[in-house]
Amino acid sequence: MNFKRKKRELFILTLLLMTSLFVGLSGCSSDSETSTEETQGTSGSFKIIGSNTVEPLSVLWAEDFMKANPDVSIAISGPGSGVGIAALIDGTTDIAQASRPMKSSEYDQARGKGRDPVEITVAMDALSVVVHPSNPVSELTIAQLSGIFSGRITNWNEVGGNDVPIVALSRDTNSGTHVFFKEHVVQMRGTDKEDKTLEYGTKVLLLPSTKEGVDEVAGNENAIFYPGLGYLTDEVKPLAIKATLGSPGVLPSVETAQDGSYPISRGLYYYTDGEPTGIIKAFIDYCLSTEGQKRVTESGYVPLK
Amino acid sequence: MTTKKTDTALAGGSILRRRRRFGERIIESWIILAGLLSIVVLLGIIVLLFKEGMPIFLDTPPWEFLFGTRWYPVSEPPTFGIMPFFVSTFWITLVATLIAVPVGIACAAYLAEVAPDKVRETVKPIIEILAGFPSVVMGFLGLMLLSPLVRSMFNLNTGLTGLTAGIMLAMMSFPIIVSVSEDALRAVPDSFRQGSYALGATRWETIRHVSIPAALSGIAAAIMLGVGRAIGETMTVLMVAGGALAVPVSPAEQMMPMTAAIASGIGNAVRGGLQYQALFAIGLILFLITLAVNLIADRVLERQKRKFTR
Repeated sequence: MNFKRKKRELFILTLLLMTSLFVGLSGCSSDSETSTEETQGTSGSFKIIGSNTVEPLSVLWAEDFMKANPDVSIAISGPGSGVGIAALIDGTTDIAQASRPMKSSEYDQARGKGRDPVEITVAMDALSVVVHPSNPVSELTIAQLSGIFSGRITNWNEVGGNDVPIVALSRDTNSGTHVFFKEHVVQMRGTDKEDKTLEYGTKVLLLPSTKEGVDEVAGNENAIFYPGLGYLTDEVKPLAIKATLGSPGVLPSVETAQDGSYPISRGLYYYTDGEPTGIIKAFIDYCLSTEGQKRVTESGYVPLK
Repeated sequence: MTTKKTDTALAGGSILRRRRRFGERIIESWIILAGLLSIVVLLGIIVLLFKEGMPIFLDTPPWEFLFGTRWYPVSEPPTFGIMPFFVSTFWITLVATLIAVPVGIACAAYLAEVAPDKVRETVKPIIEILAGFPSVVMGFLGLMLLSPLVRSMFNLNTGLTGLTAGIMLAMMSFPIIVSVSEDALRAVPDSFRQGSYALGATRWETIRHVSIPAALSGIAAAIMLGVGRAIGETMTVLMVAGGALAVPVSPAEQMMPMTAAIASGIGNAVRGGLQYQALFAIGLILFLITLAVNLIADRVLERQKRKFTR
C-alpha cells in the first residue's frame, strides 16, 4: 500500500516537473514570435534591434536620451545586422541598427509586407590594418590584403618586407567586422577584381576579441590585424592603404574616413519604417546632434562631420 | 485513573507521531524533488540539444558534417564541416593527457606512498586549490606567460598554438588526476605493502609492482576525469589555441577545438538558423564524447570499489 502510494507521489512529482519544464521551454520559444505593438510617439518606449557593432553606440545614446527624458524607455539588443533588418520587415522592432546597408532583396521583402524602410546614416566606422612597429612594410593595396587574408600570400617578402612568414589575425564569426572585412577586403567588393568565392584562409587565426588581436600584434613582429580606429595604440603601426596599385596610400584617421579617401570604412545605419516621427525622431535627432556625434568619437567610431 | 492517563498519553503520542510523519513527508518529497530535478534538467538538455541540433542534418548530410574540412558559417552558401574542430580537440586533449598523466600519477604515488603525513596534509589541499582556478584566469596566464615562451622555445610564428592550450589544460586536469589517484592508492590495503616488503621488495618495487597495479582502476578513472575536463574546457582554449580553421597536422599549429568553435560562433548565430543548428550539433557531439568518457570512468571506479569490499 505504502509503496504504491509513494510510487504514485513520485509519478505526480515527475509529471509536475516535466510540465513546468515544457511550459518554460515553450515560453522561451514563443516570445521571439510575439510581436510588440507599434509604439509611436506618445507611449514613450521603443526597440532597437540589430548589429552588435552599432550596439555599444546605441546604448550610449539611449542612456543619454533616457537621462534627459526619464519617461522614455529604450530596449536595445545586438544579435546581428541581418536579424535587425528581418525584425524591421516583420514589424517587431521600431529601429533596425545595421553595420551594412540593406540589400535590394531585403527592400523587396519589406515592401511586400507594406513597410517603407528609411535609411539614416548615424556614424561611420573605419578599420585600420596594423602590424608590429619593427615591420618595414608601411603600405599595402586592397589586393595584397586580400592575398594575405585569403592565404595566397604567406611571406612578408612577397609584399616588400623581410623573409618571414605572415601571421594573419582576424576576429571570429561572432563579429560583424569579420563579415565586413571579408566582403570589402578579402573579396575586394567595389573594385574590378571583386571575387565572391574568396574566403578567409584556413591558416588565419580567429580571435575572440579585438583587444587580444592588438596585443598579439604588439608582441609579434610577423602579425597583421584589422582593429577599429578606436583600438589603435602606440604599440602597433597602422598601414597606409591603397585602393589600387596606382593610387596613393592613405593612413586611417577620422578625417580620411570622413572624406572617403580611406578605403576600408563603412557607414553605420538606423532603419525605420517610414520617416521617423515623435519620440523616435527626437532620439535620432539627438544621435545626429553635435553632442550625440561627440559620443561617436568617444566610443572609437568616426563621427559624420 | 490509570486508564485515563494512558489514554491521554496515547492520544498525545499519536498526534505527535502524525505531526512528525507529516513534516517528514514534506522533507522527503523535497529531497525526491531535488533528486528528480537534476534528472529532469539532464533530460531537458539532451532533448534541447537534439531538437536544436538535428535539423542541420537535413541541410548538411551527417558524413559531410562530420568529415567536411571547410567551416564557413557566414558565407553564401554556408558550409559546415567540423573535422578541423574534431582534430583540434584530439590534439589538445592528447598533449594535455601526455603531460598531466605521468606527472599526476607520480605526484599521487609520492603523496600516498612516500610523503610524510605532514607534507601530504599541506600539499594535497594546495594542489586541489589549483583545480578551482577560473579558466579565464588560466587563459590569461597562457596568453601572457606561456605563449611567448612556447613561441621562442619552438621557434614558431606565434605562441598561440594547440600545444600552448594543451599545456594549460594539463595544469587544469593535473589536480583532478592527483586527487583521485591519490585516494585510489590510499585505498589499497596496507597488508599488500607489508606483504611486498616481507618478500624483500624495495619501496620503488612495491609502488611499481604492488600499489599502482592494485589501484589501477582508480587511477584509470582519475585519468578519464582529467581527460573529460580537458575535452570540455572552453575559455582557455578559446584564448590561447589560436583559432585557425585548417585541419591541424601537428599540435604546434593554430587550431580551434569544438568548444571554442561553439563559443566563437553562437553570439552572431541567428536563432534557429543553419549556423545555430550546426553549433548545437557540435554541442551534441561534444556531449556524447564527454558522456562516453564519464561512463567509462564511472564503470572503472565501480570496479575498483568492488575489488576491495569483497
